Amino acid sequence: MSTPESTSGGAASGRRQAVLGIEIDGAGADPGAWRGAEVDPRAILTGELAVRAVQRAEAAGIDFVTFADTLEAPTDVPGEVSVRLDALGLAARVAPVTQRIGLLPTITVTHTEPFHVQASVATLDHVSGGRGGWVADVSDSAEAAAVIGRRTPAPAAETWREARYVVDVSRRLWDSWEDDAIIRDAATGRYVDREKLHYVDFESPTFSIKGPSIVPRPPQGHPVTAVLARTPEALEAAADADVVLLPESDELVSQLSHLRRQSVTLGPAARAGLVVLASVVVRPRADGVARVVEQIENLVEAGVDGVHLRPGSLELDVPLIAGEVVPRLRDRGLIGTADRGGSLRGRLGLHKATNRYARSTR
Amino acid sequence: MTKQVHLAAHFPGVNNTTVWSDPAAGSQIDFASFRHLAETAERGTFDFFFLAEGLRLREVKGRIHDLDVVGRPESLTVLSALAAVTTHLGLAATVNSTFNEPYELAKRLATLDQLSGGRAAWNVVTSWDAFTGENFRRGGYLDKSDRYVRAQESLRIVRKLWDSWAADDLIADQVTGRFAREGAGAFADDGDHFRISGRFGLPPSPQGRPVIIQAGDSDQGREFAASGADVIFSWHGTFAAGQTFYKDVKARLAKYGRSEDSLKIMPAVTVVVGDTDADAVEKAAYIREQQVSGPTALVLAELLWGRDLSAYDPDGPLPELEPVVGSSVTQGRVGYNDPGPIVAEWRAQAEAHGWSLRETVINQQNRQTFIGSPATVAEAINRHVQEDAADGFVLVPHLTPTGLDDFVDQVVPLLRERGVFRTEYAGPTLRDQLGLRR
Ligand SMILES: Cc1cc2nc3c(=O)[nH]c(=O)nc-3n(C[C@H](O)[C@H](O)[C@H](O)COP(=O)(O)O)c2cc1C
Repeated sequence: MSTPESTSGGAASGRRQAVLGIEIDGAGADPGAWRGAEVDPRAILTGELAVRAVQRAEAAGIDFVTFADTLEAPTDVPGEVSVRLDALGLAARVAPVTQRIGLLPTITVTHTEPFHVQASVATLDHVSGGRGGWVADVSDSAEAAAVIGRRTPAPAAETWREARYVVDVSRRLWDSWEDDAIIRDAATGRYVDREKLHYVDFESPTFSIKGPSIVPRPPQGHPVTAVLARTPEALEAAADADVVLLPESDELVSQLSHLRRQSVTLGPAARAGLVVLASVVVRPRADGVARVVEQIENLVEAGVDGVHLRPGSLELDVPLIAGEVVPRLRDRGLIGTADRGGSLRGRLGLHKATNRYARSTR
Repeated sequence: MTKQVHLAAHFPGVNNTTVWSDPAAGSQIDFASFRHLAETAERGTFDFFFLAEGLRLREVKGRIHDLDVVGRPESLTVLSALAAVTTHLGLAATVNSTFNEPYELAKRLATLDQLSGGRAAWNVVTSWDAFTGENFRRGGYLDKSDRYVRAQESLRIVRKLWDSWAADDLIADQVTGRFAREGAGAFADDGDHFRISGRFGLPPSPQGRPVIIQAGDSDQGREFAASGADVIFSWHGTFAAGQTFYKDVKARLAKYGRSEDSLKIMPAVTVVVGDTDADAVEKAAYIREQQVSGPTALVLAELLWGRDLSAYDPDGPLPELEPVVGSSVTQGRVGYNDPGPIVAEWRAQAEAHGWSLRETVINQQNRQTFIGSPATVAEAINRHVQEDAADGFVLVPHLTPTGLDDFVDQVVPLLRERGVFRTEYAGPTLRDQLGLRR
């Protein structure tokens, strides 16, 4: 059985151990999931539904969970859920009642202050003991612009360009405290060694940040940055991510090779690896477990590093995924049997990020 | 009528009250520390757990201040995690209104309120300006007076969003497939700082809307609190100053059509409990020494004088220099509007007692409010509350995370015996604990 480290960066040597993620969105990916007799629709609001699903996924050995979100409110489509908790708050609520699963809330960066974004994600990493990350997203709708009222909506290419700056500055801010900056040196009375705190002095076309972060360096160094590549612009930006979620489509294979090429261009020094997952809706309750297993197997055959499962119903499909689908994938050697503990980066086979400010001579 | 005491726990943070060098001091950042203090507060049936905020690391003479605790996690994320491990304790986040947008704040706070079953609170702060602004898109851009205009507008809009759903807008009817009334959450606002419109995505929590806390001390700050806060957090913990502040703020309520019990006044205080009064006095003196090292004494003096005093010996006499008004020798904390009279007072006290600079700082900046045996402390707290020097207190422990253990184990039972503090929570929400209507 290979370790996650030996499968990093999608280096295809022999049979890989697939990474599994799962999505939390309301009562499930099916808009009508909340109407099932087994669902208490108000448990969407209290977070109970999410907690139960994540705990089931964790018990089955699933590597991480994403939490869907958008800046603008859901709308009045009949039959659909029209409330949504802030994904970051929900992920933090889940952290103390789970131990091993990675937690990636969706955070939109177009209108939100980059300084707050990085501080929140760093904090999620602290409260979860190194299991934090985020799905970086943009808001290009007029509705999202109107609720903030600060900027007019911009084209997708522009918002994604800006998002890349936000990802970049977030990592710089996570590095702005060296790992050993807190010294608690009673002899001199110094709590920190300020030589190990760094102003990032970052300038982008749309914002600037002085730094350092207000949050000490997160346990993973860099919490995991994921991008859901649902548009060509997002796919371009995904080159900067640690994890890319590719929605199932006819272009999946060509997108995958595009990403792999980009990854090679950037070079191993520039990044710690790129984990590419297919993001698919799965409904073992409706389609049967065997078909879902086959669906996942086919995707892995196509060359992705794993699959991001979007259960049709959290209450009906997640128990089947945990109890039936995952064990069968394990039996077939598609995923490991070992409990891949440690940090989320470790589970994904990503190296710990080195700190750009740390002097190697120390 | 006997008033009930309200109590909150402040997680020790970025200030020299926090004795990080004590062998018993734990992590300032690990979740386990936050959890310990929150669980202690909940064991003591406290009203709420409080997190302060700072959005830029403080500086002294252009360099990051390195003597106090530096750095902390982001409040709302920590509190959302604490919602998982507590059941009744209120969860109060300090969040700046200058460097946040009302829609995002309303959503994040409403989420915390939903996840905790109605236990969220927002401490609305407005400081600081250009220095902090360098970490944000707009940069340093608001005058002090404008900051309160923006704060007022932010609060008004955030409330509008929280109120944008009527009580029966959440339908969640599985048969008809209607989750919410059509158009629920619609809002629009057009003020000096904001022109926004759209839909808000969350219905009211069990407490209606999060509790509002305010911490400004100026005339403007007090008006802001009187017009719209549920709790005011102040520095005026001593009996006389407390009574003066209490009277002043409560008198401002009538013009906003509010009753005196609709705003709870809760000063920040520290408590030192010993087996006997004498024990406690000794312990308190030791803690003060730990809080103000020689280098810290110099920095606190620099904050007051507004000058570089590094050439002075903390164990020597006070600087003979005159203070500078409006200096930026230290950045990122509340400064002195008029240092002159305070410097004069320090000089007089130092002369009268023969104190060094460090001793003067230790004695003049001492915020230890309650010192004594459990019975003495319980009596003093109750007296402050019954005689309108406060409605309760925000306790700022000097140790992380065990600093309230003694208080909860030894003083809380005595307050309960006196019938002035709850033995169990009044209901599920923070408004229930504070006795506040929506
Ligand atoms: C007891 C107290 C606690 C405060 N805590 C914070 C804080 O945690 N973060 C912050 O940015 N400002 C804090 N402030 C600053 C106030 O929000 C306010 O901006 C500042 O006092 C200036 O306003 P003023 O002139 O009305 O006092 C605090 C103020 C007081 C009195």
